[in-house]
Amino acid sequence: MTPMDLRRTLRWGSLAGAVMVFTCAVGLFEAFEDRLLVYPFLSLGHVLLLWFLPLAGYQATNEPVLEGMEAPSKGLHNVMAGLVAGLAGGVLMGVFTVVVDAADVRDVFVRLSVRLVDLLTHGWGVPGGLVLIVGVPAMLGMAGGMLHLVSAPVRRRLILALEWALVVALLEQVFSQVLRQLRLGAVGNLIFTRRALEWWAALAIAALVALLAERARGGMGRIKGYLFAADAVRRTRNSIWSALAVLAFLVILPQLLGSLLSELLANVGLFLLMGLGLNIVVGLAGMLDLGYVAFFAVGAYTVGVLTSPISPRFDLEWSWWAALPVAILMSVVAGVLVGTPVIRMRGDYLAIVTLGFGEIVRILFLSDWLAPVFGGAQGVRNVPGIPVGVAEVRGSQPVGVLYFAFGLVLVAAWVSWALQESRLGRAWTAIREDETVAAAMGINVVRAKLNAFIVGAILAGLGGALFAAKVGSMFPSSFELLVSIIVLVVVIVGGMGNIPGVAVGAVLLIGVLGGPTQPGLLAEFAEFKLLIYGALLVFMMLRKPEGLLPSVRRSRELRGEELSQDAWLDRPSGDVEVDARPAGG
Amino acid sequence: MTARAGTLRSMPGRRGAEAMLEIGGLHKSFGGVHALAGVDLRVDEGEIVSVIGPNGAGKTSFFNVVTGLYPPDGGDIMFEGRSIVGLESSEITEAGIARTFQNVRLFLNMTVLENVMVAQHCRTRAGAFRAVLRTPFLRREEAEIETRAKEILAFFGTRLVGYRFDQPALSLSYANRRRLEIARAMATRPKLLLLDEPVAGMNPRETAELTGLIRKLRDERGLTVVVIEHDMRVVRDVSDRVIVLDHGTKIAEGSYDEVSSNEAVIEAYLGRPAEVG
Repeated sequence: MTPMDLRRTLRWGSLAGAVMVFTCAVGLFEAFEDRLLVYPFLSLGHVLLLWFLPLAGYQATNEPVLEGMEAPSKGLHNVMAGLVAGLAGGVLMGVFTVVVDAADVRDVFVRLSVRLVDLLTHGWGVPGGLVLIVGVPAMLGMAGGMLHLVSAPVRRRLILALEWALVVALLEQVFSQVLRQLRLGAVGNLIFTRRALEWWAALAIAALVALLAERARGGMGRIKGYLFAADAVRRTRNSIWSALAVLAFLVILPQLLGSLLSELLANVGLFLLMGLGLNIVVGLAGMLDLGYVAFFAVGAYTVGVLTSPISPRFDLEWSWWAALPVAILMSVVAGVLVGTPVIRMRGDYLAIVTLGFGEIVRILFLSDWLAPVFGGAQGVRNVPGIPVGVAEVRGSQPVGVLYFAFGLVLVAAWVSWALQESRLGRAWTAIREDETVAAAMGINVVRAKLNAFIVGAILAGLGGALFAAKVGSMFPSSFELLVSIIVLVVVIVGGMGNIPGVAVGAVLLIGVLGGPTQPGLLAEFAEFKLLIYGALLVFMMLRKPEGLLPSVRRSRELRGEELSQDAWLDRPSGDVEVDARPAGG
Repeated sequence: MTARAGTLRSMPGRRGAEAMLEIGGLHKSFGGVHALAGVDLRVDEGEIVSVIGPNGAGKTSFFNVVTGLYPPDGGDIMFEGRSIVGLESSEITEAGIARTFQNVRLFLNMTVLENVMVAQHCRTRAGAFRAVLRTPFLRREEAEIETRAKEILAFFGTRLVGYRFDQPALSLSYANRRRLEIARAMATRPKLLLLDEPVAGMNPRETAELTGLIRKLRDERGLTVVVIEHDMRVVRDVSDRVIVLDHGTKIAEGSYDEVSSNEAVIEAYLGRPAEVG
């Protein structure tokens, strides 16, 4: 075996170079260059620019070890390969800098400015600064290569510690807020300077995480073994307890977070509600619905028109609770109207047709024809909040909205679970697996699919009703196609067909990145939100198409082929072995 | 159709038994290929009928048309005196015809038990409302579905029970997949069971066992069975009557011994003797 695979090394090196060039060209580096993460030297821009280099340096010699083959020895060649990969990336970056400096391409690439060259060279100008531009990547690549020299558990812990330090620095807002609520604001002031983590605090956090990871080794396995115990009675009891724990956490959480973070979480709740509804349509029944926002709009507009004192047509001023059943009814009607003609289509055709219907609904709300009822582009405003006892849930008090959204999400989660574990849920799964056979086994495919469509529409309508009371006003532009797509991305990234998966997707995407118009935790990234969404989606499709927290069945579907091959290997003798096993249970 | 009545009278069948399936002049073509070119046949209640014929004779097309996967181009299909032409395949299953597939088509990612549970769909009724509210009716029905599924799986001995219940169908061996498919068809509570090559790919021991099982389906469960099969030993052991198809038409019909010595059948399988053609 050659000590260094030059082609592989250069491939990873140029990949790292391309990542750096791309980061500069889209303006990510320049935008975050002055957002410090670790005081006083590391900025978010630099992390975004350079994060890929250690990875490339590591990957340059990270060959898969085949079974039965001897693992290649670790040594100087790993470090050298890392260095070469980093150097290759750095040289690419250097050429890029020289080109940008020499030729004015700002007409096309607006981000490639003089300031960018200044920032990259730290003001040393082009010939001098090139040392930095080539040298730093080379060093980082080498650092990546050095990771081969430590044992795997140490490496894992090292990376984990690094990640945590960066996460704490990045989410400074959350951590200082929680510390303040816990009356530990002084600690927050101590470790954070100018929104960045002090360098010693970063080191301390990294050390702490490494230490905890060392102590917790095997702990996760024990907890898992306990939670998923084979004994059914104990398993039920455990799941009840963990559900109660989650519930208690959800009740306490808004108290810990200030109103700003509660607002974020309320948005998460809203999208989670829609995500759970879409999960029934896409994840369980297997129908790709790209017009989901239509039902959301129907729910919102129904509530708005019926409750607003300045509703364009009606003068009803109903309470939210009175309008809710009407909103749900209208969602059902919309579900039947849209569903009936399109339900017989399969796959891509269904996606395109629903996409069209979604746009039609938005344009109807915008149209002059319906403007006397829905207000056209002016929309419906002054929608009152939701009266709950003496209090009122409305957008200006995000904590109340958060509790209310949690309540609705729990209802939606129950509906999803109950349907999944029923005759209808099984029929959906069968249809998703093989529609023809499902029909031949006596399932009325059209009716089952229409049921899924209607349940999805109801949950979206519920989301719309909540949205109307929360935001207080609605315009056709609140119901763009983008909403449908983002809800779909939440479901796909989280894990299709799995309720906790959708929750993870909603927290991660809506909470951290932000919704179509709602800001997330990383509000700074607002400009690049869709870029990150797209990149994430591509990554997930390539590497983890079943989602972050997949349902067992989904991952089986997507990885099924491998599994079934393995199953054949396990049982070459067919039934003989099976007969010998006890048939207890 | 008076012409059909004429053909039906001439058909052999078990005396005194009632016609379960009566087919007259069934046509189906795909492009220029006549998969079924005027098939007439009759299956009586409680019979086991084998349908044989060389590859491409139209056997599977016959099943597909009867179960509503494809609409026929012409002809009539009467099930228990009622025409089922033009019904959705789910409605045909509900009427009491269940089938298996030549190329085993299980719901591979569902568990063994779920495969059999889902097939009871048309015999149960709890809808979305009851599921969400978890009414006593739904709980009782769910428990019944599960009990019934386990009972059906137990019909196949110890192979599909116990720890197997919760395994995905894709983890099953080929023979067990075929068994599970029959179990799934049984779960729709059919009167008529159509089995498409049930022993294909099984070893002699498994084949013999399944032959006994097909008889048991008739004797103990009172099912009427139509089997497509290439294994002549199975055909001999299991069938009350054998129907031979070739080029989409019925070329012979009768007991196994009658059919196996029929010249048209031998010709269809082996070709015409050289001195004639």
